[in-house]
Amino acid sequence: MATPAPPRWDRAMQQRLARGEEAALGELYDRFGPLVYGLALRILDDEDAADRVTREVFGHIWENPDAYDPRDGNMRSWIATLTQRQSVSRLRAFEAERVRSGGQRAGEPFEARVREANTAARADFIRDSMPASIRAALNLAYIQRRDYRQAALELGLSEVEARRRMRLGLQMLATAMQHPGANGGAR
Amino acid sequence: MNGPGGPQEPIGGGPDDSRWENGGWDGGGTPPHGVPLPRVPLPRGAADDGPPIPVMPPAAPPALDHSTLRSLLGAWALSACAADENTAVEEHLGRCVACADEARRLRDAVRLLRNEDQLDLDPTLRHRVLAGCLGRRPARVPVPSWAVAYDAEAARLDALLADLGPDDWRQEVVLRWHQGRQVADVASVIGHLTAVDGLVAAALDLEEPLGPGPDVSREPRARTETYWKRFGELPPGRVRETWRDQGRSLVRTVAFAGNSAGGLEVDYGGPVLALEDAFLDRAFECWIHADDIAEAVGYPYEAPAPRHLHGMIDLAARLLPTAIAGRRRAGLATSPGGLTAAGEPGRSLYLEVEGDGGGEWYIPLDSPAAKGCKEHSVAHVALDGVEFCQLAAGHRTPEELAAGIEGDAGAVHDVLSAAASMSRL
Repeated sequence: MATPAPPRWDRAMQQRLARGEEAALGELYDRFGPLVYGLALRILDDEDAADRVTREVFGHIWENPDAYDPRDGNMRSWIATLTQRQSVSRLRAFEAERVRSGGQRAGEPFEARVREANTAARADFIRDSMPASIRAALNLAYIQRRDYRQAALELGLSEVEARRRMRLGLQMLATAMQHPGANGGAR
Repeated sequence: MNGPGGPQEPIGGGPDDSRWENGGWDGGGTPPHGVPLPRVPLPRGAADDGPPIPVMPPAAPPALDHSTLRSLLGAWALSACAADENTAVEEHLGRCVACADEARRLRDAVRLLRNEDQLDLDPTLRHRVLAGCLGRRPARVPVPSWAVAYDAEAARLDALLADLGPDDWRQEVVLRWHQGRQVADVASVIGHLTAVDGLVAAALDLEEPLGPGPDVSREPRARTETYWKRFGELPPGRVRETWRDQGRSLVRTVAFAGNSAGGLEVDYGGPVLALEDAFLDRAFECWIHADDIAEAVGYPYEAPAPRHLHGMIDLAARLLPTAIAGRRRAGLATSPGGLTAAGEPGRSLYLEVEGDGGGEWYIPLDSPAAKGCKEHSVAHVALDGVEFCQLAAGHRTPEELAAGIEGDAGAVHDVLSAAASMSRL
């Protein structure tokens, strides 16, 4: 998982983008391109559409570098929100187009996809802001397929502490799913 | 920390949670940008929950109490418990509503662990995104065109490195060059790139990545060995970061220097390249070694974008006459040399490189100062661009090359051997 960028990085990046530094644009893409494309693909389930959303999101950031205010939070979650918004609006446009051309209104399944989009963006924010120590415990279990005893050993923790971190990490992530008024999401 | 299953085990209270607790949106409950993220409920001491817990039937193996079972829920949801614990948790869930609720939520949360960042992106997307942006608002500080290939190749290698797990970093990578071969792990290969990129850093007055000391050479092989000696113990993450940070400052520095960077030269401890060519050389090396790494870890890795490949081939074609002359002086040339006055057209080899990044070059055979030209061509070599680069990287011998060859065999041999001899560690 990506290492969270320090706030200083966010501020410096914003200033460099505002100065019109092409090199900064490349660095921005290298850091957040996979996030934007991956989130858009998860929401839209269409590679061409995800490709397009990626170009739109970066185009928007580059053209409006002052739209991001570091005081409002980190750049990553700002970009995830932009992506989610752009993807959902594309999803709605697809759906409207489908209905106009005689398709059945999808209703609940469609709204479920929108909810899922919001959840995905929030989950990214939570993964990004959770303490590295908790993320490390989750990764060992989820990616490296260690059980909690092996994880405890590798991280130099008591077994109780390894269990605690796994449970706490999942509790944090679970909050991405419970939210009132899911449809409007991050508007 | 309390003992196992201690009733007062504070779930949200460890020292590691402070960053989360003091995170940006902790205070008002309103996360940045309006994402409605409810605060993580501060979990209670597990034993405070609900009605008194029924005593476990003595037969159930292993006999775990409610709070222990509850503390296992995260590991259970991640399938990270021992088999008997799994059974005990699942039996308990049939009887305890509170735990069953939490277990369901945690199980659902597991899929959210999947990180979008682990996707492999289409390598052409970077260029399309950047070009799209620059079309909407031109850069005020553009990256010079000759540095773009380096920027792109470094980004591609970095994306490959981001995908490597701890086992991948330990893989043995085979480095090959003209009459040489060495096995190194992935971090050592990145260290090699860092050490040699450092020559460009020196030309730009940036920090020496090898650190201070009288034994810091300018010769690439010696520099690489110094890096290995001094930083061989660094963890892979740091090695990657050092390389990447230096590469970024190189690009950024030449972007700010703009035209004033023209005329600078990079000293390779003997051979000297113009700064522009050194950037192409480093882009080439970055690709070749990324390809070596990809081969070692079994990942696919494509050739550079055609416009970047073209620049690399052009650099090799321009360096060829000097390499030919060097071999001739060393008595290694087979074709008889002729005398050509500087700037005059002389005997040439027509190099036709096929494919998207290809083109045509007339390589002067008798002197680097002579002009290559069609009228005086004595031989013709046609081959694919990637194949030509593999030759220049020392990954193919002239004998192994898949190329169409016509004309003076001695001239062809000299040119292909000279191309192969340009490679080094």
